[in-house]
Amino acid sequence: MSVLPPDMDAAGFAAFLEELRGAVGADWVWSGDADMFPYRDSFSPVWNTDEERHASAAVAPENVEQVSAVVRIARKHRVPLYPISTGKNFGYGGPSPNVNGSVVLDLKRMNRVLEVNNERNYCLVEPGVSYFDLQRAVDETGNKVMLDCPDPGWGSPIGNSLERGVGYTMPHFRDHFGSHCGMEVVLPDGEIMRTGMGALPGSDTWHEYPYGFGPDPAGLFAQGNFGVVTKMGFRLMPMPEYYRTGLITVPRRRDFIKLVNHVNYLSDSGLIGEVEYGSALRALMGDRDFLALITKTGGPSDAEMDAAASAAGLPSWQVELQFFGPEKATLENWNYAKDRILSDIPGAAAVDGDHFTMPATEEQLNNTTQPWQTSIKRRRSLGVPSLGAWKIVRDDGHVGFFPVLPRTGEAVFEVQRVLGDAMKEFPSLPSYFNALSTPLFWHTHTFQMVFAPSIKHDDPEHNAITHASMKKCVAVAAEHGWGDYRAAPIYQDDVSDTYSFNNHILRRFHEQLKDSIDPDGIIAPGRGGIWPRRFRA
Amino acid sequence: MRYFVTALGLAAGLAGIAAAQDGSRSGPGAPELQEGKAVYAHWCAPCHAADPGLAGTLALQNKYEGSLPAALEDRTDLQPAVISYFVRNGVAWMAPFRPTEISDAELEQLNAYLTAPLEQRGAHTQLLAQEMVRKSAAGGDQ
Repeated sequence: MSVLPPDMDAAGFAAFLEELRGAVGADWVWSGDADMFPYRDSFSPVWNTDEERHASAAVAPENVEQVSAVVRIARKHRVPLYPISTGKNFGYGGPSPNVNGSVVLDLKRMNRVLEVNNERNYCLVEPGVSYFDLQRAVDETGNKVMLDCPDPGWGSPIGNSLERGVGYTMPHFRDHFGSHCGMEVVLPDGEIMRTGMGALPGSDTWHEYPYGFGPDPAGLFAQGNFGVVTKMGFRLMPMPEYYRTGLITVPRRRDFIKLVNHVNYLSDSGLIGEVEYGSALRALMGDRDFLALITKTGGPSDAEMDAAASAAGLPSWQVELQFFGPEKATLENWNYAKDRILSDIPGAAAVDGDHFTMPATEEQLNNTTQPWQTSIKRRRSLGVPSLGAWKIVRDDGHVGFFPVLPRTGEAVFEVQRVLGDAMKEFPSLPSYFNALSTPLFWHTHTFQMVFAPSIKHDDPEHNAITHASMKKCVAVAAEHGWGDYRAAPIYQDDVSDTYSFNNHILRRFHEQLKDSIDPDGIIAPGRGGIWPRRFRA
Repeated sequence: MRYFVTALGLAAGLAGIAAAQDGSRSGPGAPELQEGKAVYAHWCAPCHAADPGLAGTLALQNKYEGSLPAALEDRTDLQPAVISYFVRNGVAWMAPFRPTEISDAELEQLNAYLTAPLEQRGAHTQLLAQEMVRKSAAGGDQ
């Protein structure tokens, strides 16, 4: 499946690769099927079909000067580069580009943790640094700060934040792009730019004040294609002294609305970390009648659900709360949360959970002593990088659609019903949206819900169903105002199309910017749905 | 004191898997295998260490149902070509690893480690989280 860059013949490609070798060394340029295999998206639902996107080559610079040199060479030859950092980007396209024949700009060799500051609580890293690497650096400086990790520890803080990935600790650290402060970028002409206070020579505040003076373009480099990010600073939370958990249950289906409002209050007031919403009624899903009820077209009535809960003697909803801080503060915050919710929702109940001094022991990380069946993944909740979450992978992988919806119980009920009904078109898929589906509270102020159908390398029919269901889910969700937050290259145009206010002015604005600084599409053309003039024609 | 309790707990947890193969694994292992062991610790152990809760170990436990050790570090049947194939091509949902992640030279070192006699491999590789726990617990005693 060898491919060439757009508008380039084999001789031109060979000359281009030779120039790349001159810039980074012969050992750090790859092409050909065998060497490019690890640059395919192993979770692709279009695996081995015409829709799969293939890179033509990969180049791995070891420093920002080499990145700049590679970008200038690519600009001269009009070859699109597709920057990647480290990790696998599972479910979001892996390392595969938007445009066939792009050259992967593999930044893994730039793997230095440049600073961990335990007094001012930030770090500065390069793209090839993984969360494992960063945790080792934090460990070596006394383990005085707590990371906020995505599920896989092999991921890159820079790559994850530029995809607007999330973690699982306190609200303002969970939004990984939102918690960055200061970046260095190689622009499409090879110039090296620093944002915020990094633009002021001699400043020592690059990772404390993000804006500097004037417009802040940092947002253009997340899910965008305006440059190659080569350094980023991140705010870090001081290692909390204590961790505490608690469970709240509410009896009736409509109680979820009040419960969400209380949790919003607690979170927006900085009293709690990430929460896990759930329902004890999921224990009944093995019962055929109950399963039929919760997946009923148009959704079950509140009375039907309350009757089922009452008959089973189970509460309708629960939320697991997590508290970080001084021991007394975590206890007071938990007591406050209990008082606030139990005094407002009749029948609500609270259960005290694990609590301990930080950092956790191995046994505490294993989370085996909660007095309820917990959904908290303790390692990620405490910012400990691991690969434990990959136990959830079914078949050979999956793709993900995580629509952003209002942070209300009513909106959750509507998504359950609307997307549950729409996805009935694909009866072979598991039920992602039913009357017990709960929201994810990952981004700082945002609810999302999950749709993640699996892929199988040797089953194109299965993959075709997954592919069609993804497109349908994106479209139906958008009709109701729920938009995806992140997508693989094969879905980026579909998602971008849904952000269409005023005849797609947001995309047209991005296109104007792209045309002015990168008309030939040297940096990831198509990424984020932004195509330069050369590729729009 | 906490350090010792933690270390004992870890040893007990690992023994359940390791005992079937070799109960005497200890120490750093042969000096010439250290680079390969470091590659294993960095790239393989997070999924394949001797912990039944890890995805890779769990998958191989399910695949072989105990007829082969679930932890790669306990296997004695692996050949360099097989290891190299899985590293560069992946399997099921294990992604392939690129030369920028595990270089060809590091892959050779990894092959040497995973094909060496068990008694030369030394103690089982610990996970980062376990290292962190050990360090912080030890630090707390100082």
